[in-house]
Amino acid sequence: MKLEEFVQKFAEQFDETPAEVFTASTVFKELEEWSSLTALSVIAIVDEELDKRITGADIRSSNTIEDLFSIIQSK
Amino acid sequence: MYNPFSLEGKTILVTGASSGIGRGIAVECSKMGAKIVITGRNIERLQETFDFLEGNGHVQISADLSKQEEIEMLVSSTPDLKGCVHCAGIPKICAVKFINRDTIEDIFNVNTIAPILLTSLLVKKKKLLSKSSIVFISSISGVFVANTGESPYSATKGAISGFVKGAAFELAAQGTRVNSINPGLVPTNILKLSNTVFSPEQLEETMYKRYPLKRVGTPEDVAYAAIYLLSEASNWVTGVNLVVDGGYTLA
Repeated sequence: MKLEEFVQKFAEQFDETPAEVFTASTVFKELEEWSSLTALSVIAIVDEELDKRITGADIRSSNTIEDLFSIIQSK
Repeated sequence: MYNPFSLEGKTILVTGASSGIGRGIAVECSKMGAKIVITGRNIERLQETFDFLEGNGHVQISADLSKQEEIEMLVSSTPDLKGCVHCAGIPKICAVKFINRDTIEDIFNVNTIAPILLTSLLVKKKKLLSKSSIVFISSISGVFVANTGESPYSATKGAISGFVKGAAFELAAQGTRVNSINPGLVPTNILKLSNTVFSPEQLEETMYKRYPLKRVGTPEDVAYAAIYLLSEASNWVTGVNLVVDGGYTLA
């Protein structure tokens, strides 16, 4: 999966935040809609689409969507 | 000494006894004088629990209760019982929109279907002596509260709550009592295994502080409730959800 596609999948986990807000450099934890539910959804979509297991710790250590993508790539 | 909570002379089956709440219940019940039949999947950890039991005459039977033939094997090998505590369970954290058939079938098999089928077979094969007590380890989740990602787990425990009521009503005819214990958070290995989502700090912040009694539970907290429900102290109690949660559901 390419970074752009991952950004799109990431954006799809949000219901209120418009998709165009999301870029590779979005600091996602600053989004108003970011919550334990969106975090859970991101973990689940990575599992479903990329067959990789990320943890809450991986999300905590990422600031931008690209940071998280790099962690996923390294798994 | 006068003790209406004594389990002296009672044989009690404890499932999920290889760890966590199940182990705590098996050990505490043995200290109250019960003969314990422990069952679990992991043979090494089941042996560890067995070694912790006080007194003599206990039995261990390794079984995977997600398989019907192993439920049948367990029921045919167990001696006559005065009590049964269903502790085997798994957690699952999953957002509603990511639930799929495998997720929901796996957790229902272990948390709901297996203990119901085991109960049914114990009754059918007359393994429960007169005035027996059956205890389900349920949860506050699904019966009183729920948190993000808990819906599959909550569904399994809500179903248990319904079964407890139906079975309590029906089995009252033979003097058997059926109740559940609904604990709040009891940190055990199983939680650590499942919990890749929240950090210990997050748990501390968002969960532990919500307990008015200022701590989460221990297996012993749950075991003491089980002793009450298994003993003659609760002879007139059936069909209840006994909340043991440090006051969590008050908030």
